[in-house]
Amino acid sequence: MTTGLMSDIYMFVLAILVGYEVITKVPSTLHTPLMSASNAIHGIVIIGAIVTASQAQTVTGYVLAGVAAFFAGMNVVGGYGLTDRMLQMFRKPPAPVSHDGTKEMS
Amino acid sequence: MNVVTVAVDLAYLVAAVGFVVALHLMNSPATARKGSRLSWMGMIVAVAAALTGVIHDGTITTTGWVVLSVCGVGGAAAGLAMARRVKMTDVPQVVSIFNAVGGGAAALVAAGDFVRLAGSPGISSRVMIATVLDVIIGPVTFSGSLIAAGKLQGWVSSRPVVFPGARLITAALTVIGIGAGCYLLAGNDSTAMLILVVCAALAFGITMTMPIGGADMPVVVALLNSFTGLAVAVAGFVIDNGALIIGGALVGASGGILTVLMAQAMNRSVLSVMMGGFGTGDRGPAAGPAAAGAGASIRRITAEDAAIQLAYAGKVIIVPGYGLAAAQAQHEAAELAALLAEHATVFFAIHPVAGRMPGHMNVLLAEANVPYTDLKEMDAANPEFPTADVALVVGANDVTNPAARRPGNPVSGMPILNVDQAKSIIVIKRSMGHGYAGIDNELYTNPKTGMFFSDAKAGLAEITASVKALVAS
Repeated sequence: MTTGLMSDIYMFVLAILVGYEVITKVPSTLHTPLMSASNAIHGIVIIGAIVTASQAQTVTGYVLAGVAAFFAGMNVVGGYGLTDRMLQMFRKPPAPVSHDGTKEMS
Repeated sequence: MNVVTVAVDLAYLVAAVGFVVALHLMNSPATARKGSRLSWMGMIVAVAAALTGVIHDGTITTTGWVVLSVCGVGGAAAGLAMARRVKMTDVPQVVSIFNAVGGGAAALVAAGDFVRLAGSPGISSRVMIATVLDVIIGPVTFSGSLIAAGKLQGWVSSRPVVFPGARLITAALTVIGIGAGCYLLAGNDSTAMLILVVCAALAFGITMTMPIGGADMPVVVALLNSFTGLAVAVAGFVIDNGALIIGGALVGASGGILTVLMAQAMNRSVLSVMMGGFGTGDRGPAAGPAAAGAGASIRRITAEDAAIQLAYAGKVIIVPGYGLAAAQAQHEAAELAALLAEHATVFFAIHPVAGRMPGHMNVLLAEANVPYTDLKEMDAANPEFPTADVALVVGANDVTNPAARRPGNPVSGMPILNVDQAKSIIVIKRSMGHGYAGIDNELYTNPKTGMFFSDAKAGLAEITASVKALVAS
C-alpha cells in the first residue's frame, strides 16, 4: 500500500477522467439510481475505517474508528440496498411484440 | 513487498475495475442492475482484502476488532433498514444522509490518522495536507447534507433561510477554517487546532446550505454527492490507499457532472444556486406587472372535457412535474397511461429537473409500473410533440413555458419541453400560481390549452374514471 504521492495523483486524475467518460453516457432516466450507486461506491471509505481501527491504540482512536465504521457501514450497505431496490423497479414493457404496431406506424 | 501485500493491492484493483464497469453498465436500464451487482461484488472483494491486510499486519488489538465489528454491523443494519423502508418520494433525503455519513467517515479516517501520529515526528507534509483538506471537506459535506436532508424531509424550512450578517458569518468561518488549517500545515500538529477546523467546517456546511431554497435541491444534492466523493478520495491520500482514491474520484466526477447538468436544466449557474435566496416559489412584488396576468384569458375545462379529448386521441404525451411528485400522484398517472395505451400511443416526457433530485421522476413512475421504454428524456421527447394529439401536463410549470425561447425573462434559455407544439394541451394544476421562476406561463393562455384546476392526484383519478365511462359506453 505504499504507492507514493505521485502515483496517487495519477490515479486520482485518471479516475476522474474515466468517471467523466463513463458517466456522461448514463441516460437521465437513470440519474437517481446513478447517484445512489455512486453513493454506494463512496462507501469504499469503509476500508479507511478498517485501517483506522487496525491502528487505533487510544480511547480517542477507538471512538474515531468506531464512529467511522458505523457511518461507513451505513453508507455502503444502505447505498447498495437502495440502488438495487430502485433498479429492480425499472421493468421492460410486458409484451414487446404483440399489438404494439402503432409505434412503427407513426 | 510480500505476497499478501501484493494480493491485497491486486484485490483493490479488481474492486476499482468493478466500479468502473458497473458505472458503464448504468448506461441502459436493461443492464443497470447487473452493474449494481458487479459494484457490490467489487466492494466485497475490497473489504475482504482490507481485512486480510489488517490480519496480516497484526497491529489491530482485540478492542479494535470489537469496535470495528460492532459499529460496522450496527451501521450496516441501520443503512439497510433505511434503504428498505424509504418511500420512493423520500429517496432524496436518504441519498443525502448517505452522503453525510460518507463525508463524515472520510473526515474521521483523516482525524484518526492525525490523532495517532500527533506528537510523533512522522507526519509527512503530504499526509498533513491531505488530512487538513479532509477535515474541511468531510465535515462541510456532513453538516451540509444533513441540512439538505432536513429541508427535503420538511424538518428544516425549505425556504431560503437568510438572516442579516449570514454572509459575514460564512466569511468568518472560512477565514477561521483556512487560518487554523494553515497553522496545522505550518507543522504544528495541535489537536485543538484540528478540532477548531472541524467545527468551523461543520458550521460552514450549515450556513452554506440554509440559504438554498427547496427548488434548488437537485443541484445541492448532486453537489454534496460530489463533495463526498472528493472527501473519500482525499482520505485515500491520507492512508495511501488506491481503492479509496479511485472510488472517491469516480463519485466526485459523477456528482460534478450531475451538478452541472441540473444547474443547466434549471437555467442557473452553480454559483448562483450556492449564493441562495431563490427557489421559494412566487417572488412577490418583483413579478408584479406580469403576475397580474388578468389580461390574457384562459380556457377552463372539466374532467369530462379532458377525458373526451384523451379518449379519442391517437397519441398522448404526459408531462409530469414536481406537482405530481408532491401530490404523490404517480400511480394515478400510470393508471391513466395504461388505460389510454389500450387504444393510443402514450409515453411520458420527463424534464431533467422534474422531481427533487436528478432523475427522481423516472424512479417514481417506474415504481408505479410504467415500463422504462415509456419514459422519454427531453431530447427524445421534444421531436414528438408536433405529432401528439394531446399533451397532458401534470404539475409542471416553468419547464413548459414557451417564453424560455425568447430573451429577456427569468426563464430565457432554459431547456423546455415543447408542449406548446402539440395539437392540443391539457394542464392539470391547482391554481394559476407561478412556478419557481415567478413569471406567467404563456402556455396557459395558448388557445389550444385547456386548464383543469385540480389537485394532481384527484384530478387524474377523475379523468381516468371519465375515460373508463366513455370507453365502456
